[in-house]
Amino acid sequence: MSTESPAQQPASSRVVLAEADINRALTRIAHEILEANKGSQDLVLLGIPRRGYPLARRLAAKIAAADPSVAAEDIIGQLDVTMFRDDLRRHPTRTPLPTQLPAAGIDDKVVVLVDDVLYSGRTIRAALDALVDLGRPRIVRLAVLVDRGHRELPIRADHVGKNLPTSSVEKVRVRLAEIDTNNGSPAADEVVIEDFSA
Amino acid sequence: MKHLLSTADLAKPDAVQILDTAEEMSAVSLREVKKLPVLRGRTVVNLFFEDSTRTRISFEAAAKRLSADVINFAAKGSSVSKGESLKDTAQTLEAMGADAVVIRHWASGAPARLAGSGWIEATVVNAGDGTHEHPTQALLDAFTLRRTWAKLNGTASTGTDLAGMKVAIVGDILHSRVARSNLWLLRTLGAEVTMVAPPTLLPVGSREWPCTISYDLDATLAAGTDAVMMLRVQGERMNAAYFPSTQEYSSRWGFNDLRLAALDASGRDGTIIMHPGPMNRGLEISSAAADSPRSTVLDQVRNGVAVRMAALYLLLSGGTASAAPAPTAAQEAK
Repeated sequence: MSTESPAQQPASSRVVLAEADINRALTRIAHEILEANKGSQDLVLLGIPRRGYPLARRLAAKIAAADPSVAAEDIIGQLDVTMFRDDLRRHPTRTPLPTQLPAAGIDDKVVVLVDDVLYSGRTIRAALDALVDLGRPRIVRLAVLVDRGHRELPIRADHVGKNLPTSSVEKVRVRLAEIDTNNGSPAADEVVIEDFSA
Repeated sequence: MKHLLSTADLAKPDAVQILDTAEEMSAVSLREVKKLPVLRGRTVVNLFFEDSTRTRISFEAAAKRLSADVINFAAKGSSVSKGESLKDTAQTLEAMGADAVVIRHWASGAPARLAGSGWIEATVVNAGDGTHEHPTQALLDAFTLRRTWAKLNGTASTGTDLAGMKVAIVGDILHSRVARSNLWLLRTLGAEVTMVAPPTLLPVGSREWPCTISYDLDATLAAGTDAVMMLRVQGERMNAAYFPSTQEYSSRWGFNDLRLAALDASGRDGTIIMHPGPMNRGLEISSAAADSPRSTVLDQVRNGVAVRMAALYLLLSGGTASAAPAPTAAQEAK
């Protein structure tokens, strides 16, 4: 997970969400989360590395802005799912990333899992398994920036930034300023569809 | 990485990856559910031809926390005492379905023989061979050192190395596989190593090692070090007189109360005292030093489980690099 350069260049790529679109989608999701939860009580946002975590931070900041009674830092966490994946034997080993929970823990909380792209659903299955070992939330919900379909498991998202019909030869790449770089400087936020069919 | 035989084979990125993984594994030990499903259904055999308490139990705990099945094999009371060869023993274990063999052997090079001979397909982990190497001990020492060094520098330990750290390894270097494994690994990670020992307890060829050699512990301590690693005097391997008396050894090369007081007075509050265990209290280390706040002996044991979990995870969980597609693009894009 260290290098960003793809093994092969895509035949074509197009930007489907630009910085302003991502910001609007996240603002809407933040308000949806507050609405579904009838406020910010017991709310915990757990981002799935790598790009789910900065998205969860942004959502937490928006929730804190909408409801001054919560501090963004108190409701944010990171949930690493590496060691719960079902495809460990098919890939070279990956270094696990830290799991950090809010100080209040997740027992009896409303946990919102946050990831960038929902595809097969296998990452979310791994996240649900990882959660069981950490505590017993009252409710678990799922928020994703992009839902691209092609589910392989009975899993669906509660809050979706954008539904993006794709073919399986395409790849959806999310770039976020917090993590990604473009020639050494932080990349602009964007969601790109890359076509590998050619 | 298919086998873990020697720290001399570990490149710096591999070593840092093991230590980083161990950081996450050590967080698991603090949780209520101290178990991960990564090695479910896989079998780890502990093949011990030499006595051991902490290494065997540590490997057993590590494998069990990763949900592997563990089979313990001690040479005493087995068919080895009827004269069965290493090859036949290993092939028998593999026929029973071992995915990894953790081996400790009195002969230097036995794990390398097992890994390189084609006798078995399983992953081989060296848990100490003769006076050659003990890589997981060196890794847990490096892990303990890295946490200390990060604390002294006020940084997070993940991703860092030991560049510039001064480490003294003191005592029975001649018989110590821990000293050899530590030397290669600590050099790879950028630490400056000084070996301190009586001339009789330094092996032939140690002049060529990439470290400073000293015969005077007080001078080394006065020059300032960030960690002092005391080694056990391995009486069971000594068939000759290497030093005149235990009192003389203790007063010249042991970490006794006087040296502890001198270290406390020198103002180097961050310097730690390490020992791989088992300790000969009163010989190479005094009880006051072993029980002082500087001592990391129990931290080393605790870290040992995390480091061995990391090693087993990295060796056993992944597919082979050649069989799997390129990792980065496939994982990053969804």
